[in-house]
Amino acid sequence: MNSSQNGPADDRLARYQLMRLSRRFEETVHEQFHEGNVPGPLHLSIGQEAVAVGGCWPLRETDVIVSTHRGHHHCLAKGARADRMMAELLGRADGYSRGRGGSMHVAIPEIGLLGTNGIVGGGIPIGTGAALGLQIDGRDDVAICFFGEGAAANGVFGEALNTASLWKLPIVFICENNRYVELTPQSVHVAGHIWKRAEGYDMPGLEVDGNDIDAMTAAVEGAVGRARAGEGPTLIEAETYRWFGHYAGDKAAYRDEAEVETGRAGDPLVRARADLSADEADAADAAVEQEIGAALEFALASPSAGEEVLFVGHYAEEVAS
Amino acid sequence: MSVTAPTRSLKFWQGINQALVEEMDRDEKTFLIGEDVARVGGPYGVTRGLLDKFGPSRVRDTPISEPLLVGLGTGAAAVGLRPIVEIMFFDFAMLAMDQIVNQAAKYRYFTGHSLPLTIRTMCGVGGPNGAQHSQNFEAWFCAVPGLKVVMPSNAADAKGLLKSSIRDDDPTLFIETQGLLTSRHDVPTEDDYLVPLGEAVVRRPGDDVTIVAIGRQVDRAIEAAEAVAADGVSVEVVDPRTLAPLDRDTIAESIRKTGRLVVAQDATAPFSFAAEILALAAEECLTALKTEPRRVTSPFINVPTPVPLAEARTPGVDDIATALRETAGKG
Repeated sequence: MNSSQNGPADDRLARYQLMRLSRRFEETVHEQFHEGNVPGPLHLSIGQEAVAVGGCWPLRETDVIVSTHRGHHHCLAKGARADRMMAELLGRADGYSRGRGGSMHVAIPEIGLLGTNGIVGGGIPIGTGAALGLQIDGRDDVAICFFGEGAAANGVFGEALNTASLWKLPIVFICENNRYVELTPQSVHVAGHIWKRAEGYDMPGLEVDGNDIDAMTAAVEGAVGRARAGEGPTLIEAETYRWFGHYAGDKAAYRDEAEVETGRAGDPLVRARADLSADEADAADAAVEQEIGAALEFALASPSAGEEVLFVGHYAEEVAS
Repeated sequence: MSVTAPTRSLKFWQGINQALVEEMDRDEKTFLIGEDVARVGGPYGVTRGLLDKFGPSRVRDTPISEPLLVGLGTGAAAVGLRPIVEIMFFDFAMLAMDQIVNQAAKYRYFTGHSLPLTIRTMCGVGGPNGAQHSQNFEAWFCAVPGLKVVMPSNAADAKGLLKSSIRDDDPTLFIETQGLLTSRHDVPTEDDYLVPLGEAVVRRPGDDVTIVAIGRQVDRAIEAAEAVAADGVSVEVVDPRTLAPLDRDTIAESIRKTGRLVVAQDATAPFSFAAEILALAAEECLTALKTEPRRVTSPFINVPTPVPLAEARTPGVDDIATALRETAGKG
């Protein structure tokens, strides 16, 4: 799609590089966490990169997404800068939220990122509302709502599917099923198949291999095309695997080694790299290393957020009450 | 010679309706969504005529999904619209607490961007509606940084404050009082009548006792003030109009002048708006106080369904008059 913010849809190299950026971003911030440099919780999306990159690839900058507590990959895929993201996660003044929000409160409306979210399911109504706003405003932009399989148990999921279908809102619901809901497996949380719930709301539902960047991109392109054409919402369930615990520091002792090994074997980066020449993949890796190195340097050089950030930004005009 | 602005007598709901029409006429980014707001014009007719005037894209009946409704407003505001979301009864806002408190109220804090969202709802006793359709939760929302809370007491303020709320760039909870919907007041007929947020008004000047009243209790406080004037008690009635941000200066100035304070509200007393006003008096006016402040509120019980019982639970003019006399030492 020539309107894509990231380039042609068949640009496998660029998508690989973006996934690689997300992977290395999180590995780096994970190291910083263990060094005590991350003053907040951290939920890693390592292993799930293809869902975010494939999900955002068909989008324009004026399209919008809502993300989750596990959303670094969504942010980077929508165009967030790695350096300012890193600064935010490290609690630095140059972060996107002045360093006072952290991982779960990154929001950059100017690039269509309406926010990661500390409340499971909290973004679903907001993404739906963004789609409503785009529709009322007569724009042909679309909204993508990322959420996990755990959030599908929240009441707002059904509310959103119902109204989005009734009003043919320009939205794609992408359920990122990483097989774990916080500290317990999805079998404890999810009845049936989430993608099949679409039928009851009279909208298309698709199950996609979320570790296959080509499959993800194609599925979302189709759904985005429908949304742009005024044909309404689509529900996509992307099957993937959460490589690490719920949060940094969670050793995930509740699952066995064999399962983790099998899950990690589906690495979306390894699969994407197989479609590239070794030279171009190596060059992409080198470019990522440079960007991540610069991002870390930028973040560490930025001053820690101080008490001057406490009071600002609550109202249009600062008021005391 | 001063010229009095021309006015016209309107019911409270008509003030709301006019504000909606004028603001939706003025700005095509505004729209209205809510349960039963479009085709039937609301269960009490407050939004009648809007669907015909503005069409089905900008005036929408929604499914019964309160958390979604608020999120629809938040998301639409985030992409540049100016939504007006109606939650039919204040009691139903309990379903939407995450979207109001955790999401809308914190949007600017996280993003630095405006969120011009107005949430309209209706509180209080006003019919045989019972304990799940009659409650007053205004104080809960005043405790949330990032929200503004507005509570008009008459048709003129209902119109002028709603217009200001819609134009405001922060999420605003606009609380309409069920028991006032058909009450009449004079409303200025000027083209664009605005009442600024955050400004209290002295409804009736007086010297001996200050009464701070909100919602339906404002008219009752004025009536009680007239009644006790016959006993030689001069009462100043202050109507905050906006509860958050609160015009502390106007309230404190009145308390310092009279040295006596009564607060009247429909809500129950513990941890309420009235409790906040007493805290204000203690923190800012203690040395001016000549006697203990009083709260005239509903007792800490649920709202019964039959109207006579519901009204018996709610403070009336006599309750306020008694409190005013006692506070003035003439009980």
